[in-house]
Parts: sequence; structure tokens; C-alpha cells
Amino acid sequence: MVNPQMVMYEEEFNLIQTVVDRLVRDANAKVVFIVDKNGQLISASGDIDNVDTTSLASLTAGNIAATGGMAKLLKEQEFATQFHEGEKANIHIQLVGNRVILVVIFDSKSSLGLVRLRVKKASEELNHVFESLLKKVAEPGADSPFSEISDEDIDNLFND
Amino acid sequence: MSFINYMAREINCKLVYYGPGLCGKTTNLQYIYERTNPDHKGKMISLATETERTLFFDFLPLSLGEIRGFKTRFHLYTVPGQVFYDASRKLILKGVDGVIFVADSQIERMEANEESLENLRTNLAEQGYSLEKLPFVIQYNKRDLPNVASSDELRQMLNKGNVPDFDAVARTGVGVFDTLKAVAKLVLTELRKGSGG
Repeated sequence: MVNPQMVMYEEEFNLIQTVVDRLVRDANAKVVFIVDKNGQLISASGDIDNVDTTSLASLTAGNIAATGGMAKLLKEQEFATQFHEGEKANIHIQLVGNRVILVVIFDSKSSLGLVRLRVKKASEELNHVFESLLKKVAEPGADSPFSEISDEDIDNLFND
Repeated sequence: MSFINYMAREINCKLVYYGPGLCGKTTNLQYIYERTNPDHKGKMISLATETERTLFFDFLPLSLGEIRGFKTRFHLYTVPGQVFYDASRKLILKGVDGVIFVADSQIERMEANEESLENLRTNLAEQGYSLEKLPFVIQYNKRDLPNVASSDELRQMLNKGNVPDFDAVARTGVGVFDTLKAVAKLVLTELRKGSGG
């Protein structure tokens, strides 16, 4: 298949989580999360108990996909940044390395300028982590933990 | 493209319901949503027009339980069926792990079924996928209506690859979970092969 499988290991996860945790503080954000382009949530930080991150992840990916489609029609590579301003909450969406999406939700305690500045730095760091992660996944010997699952394991999932 | 998260011990897969306009893709998701234990599902999101036609997609996250210590989670998506939303359909197919084709069994929708199936092939091919290599099942929906083609006729027309297929009445739930289980099984079996989605 064209797409390599997305795999997340503990080491890279911790690196990503550190960047995301720090971005929440540095940008005075409410919530920061990272989604892959297919809508799978990779990491989240901040006041996540009060937001539906799974739904937001899927909608963000849909949004980026639609914007990417528009870019293509206009012969642009991509529109890497989006900003939506609400009355209380604002959302800043940044495509990182054309691979994952960095989302920052913030209110009046922060500002667009600050968020943009911090997102820029965090994006660079994240890009490095995802590059090394992709290399690791591509290495031979990175076996799927599912190579040994049996028909019975699969059937058991559906015994309800 | 499934997503294996060793840290969270989770495996995430993406399933897409495809088919012609008004064939019952959203109805499938609605039924699954209604009949699933709240602990095992997230919110269902429908991006629809004011007349409740799917505009972009419906989305429903489901967890199926654990396999070898990994939580299995499936993200169910529908595409907008209407012909002119083709650009959106292409986007939703990105990263797909399994496809359910929902056919409308009514005789007058035969052409629409064939057209939509062909459109699925084309859109998958554009992204380097082939329907033959992807976990794929077919559902013949609306079996309760009076003017339907027989399952055999539908099979001959739409299921040349002889993939698992199911009669269904999505409105009342007949065949809905059978279809979902069949494609989920195929996706998990594919994972076992380690081909990486």
C-alpha cells in the first residue's frame, strides 16, 4: 500500500508529549493536540476533560483535507495554517511537515501573535521527532504486534 | 492506514461506508450508534445539509474491546453519496483500512449502484489503492422494499470479486452489525499479515 503504517513508540510519544505540554504553558493555551492527517488523535494536553478530542481530531483532519483540496485546485502546495476566531474560543491549526496537524485552542488569556510564535518553534521540534519516527517504522524488524493474533482472538472481540 | 500506538496500547482503524446517494450509509451509522453501549462509542458527528443529506461526512468512533492487550478502535466514516460531491469523497478515502459498499436494492437504483462502485474504484486507484487488495464487503440494503432486485442479481452485478456480502434493512438494523463485523474481521486479519494497511 502507499501509506506506511503509522506507529507510535514510547520514546517518541514522550518526546511529543513534552513538546505539547510545554506548548500549552508557553502559549497560554487551553488545549493543544496533535492529529494525524487521517484524523487519529496522537497526543493531547491541557484542559482535555472538557473537550471532545476524538471528534475534534476527526473534524480537524476533515478540515485540513478540504483545505488541501482547495490548495490543489489553486495549484498551491498546501495552506499550512488556519485560524478560526470565536467569541470566547479561538483555534489555530498548523500542518506540520505535511504529516501531522498541530491544533491550539486558546481564549483571551493568550493572543494570536503569541500562539503563532510558539507554534512555529514547536512545529520544528515535532517535525524532527516525526522524521525519526518514520525512519524507525521503515526499519526492517519492526514487527506488528498483531502478527500472532489468532482467528479466535478476532472472534472473541465479537462475542457480545 | 491503521495507527498502532504502543504507548496507549491502542490500534486505530478507519472504515468507510461508500455507496450511491440515499442508499443508507448514514442510516447504518445511526443504527450502530443507537445500539452501542455508551462506554464503547464516542459522539456521532454528521456534517449534513439542512435537508439532512450528507455534505462532507458522518463520523462515529467505536471501541470493540481488546486484542492481545491492545484496545481496538474503529473510526467509521460515511461519504456523501450525491454525484457532485466527488472531491469530498476522495478526501474521506485517504488512509482507509476497510470499505463497506452499501448498495440500494431498488431496481431503479441499479445504475446508480454500478456508477458509485466504479467511482469507488477510480477514487481508490488515484491514491494507489485497489479494491481487490483492501478489506471490502458489500451490503444490499433496503431488502424490505417491494421493488427490489433479487440478491443474486445484485451479487452478479456488484460482487464480481465474491467478497462477503449481506442483505440488510438498515432502518431496522437487519444486517447492519453483520456487515460491520465482517469488515472489521477482514481489517484485523490484514493487520495480522503485517502488511501495514
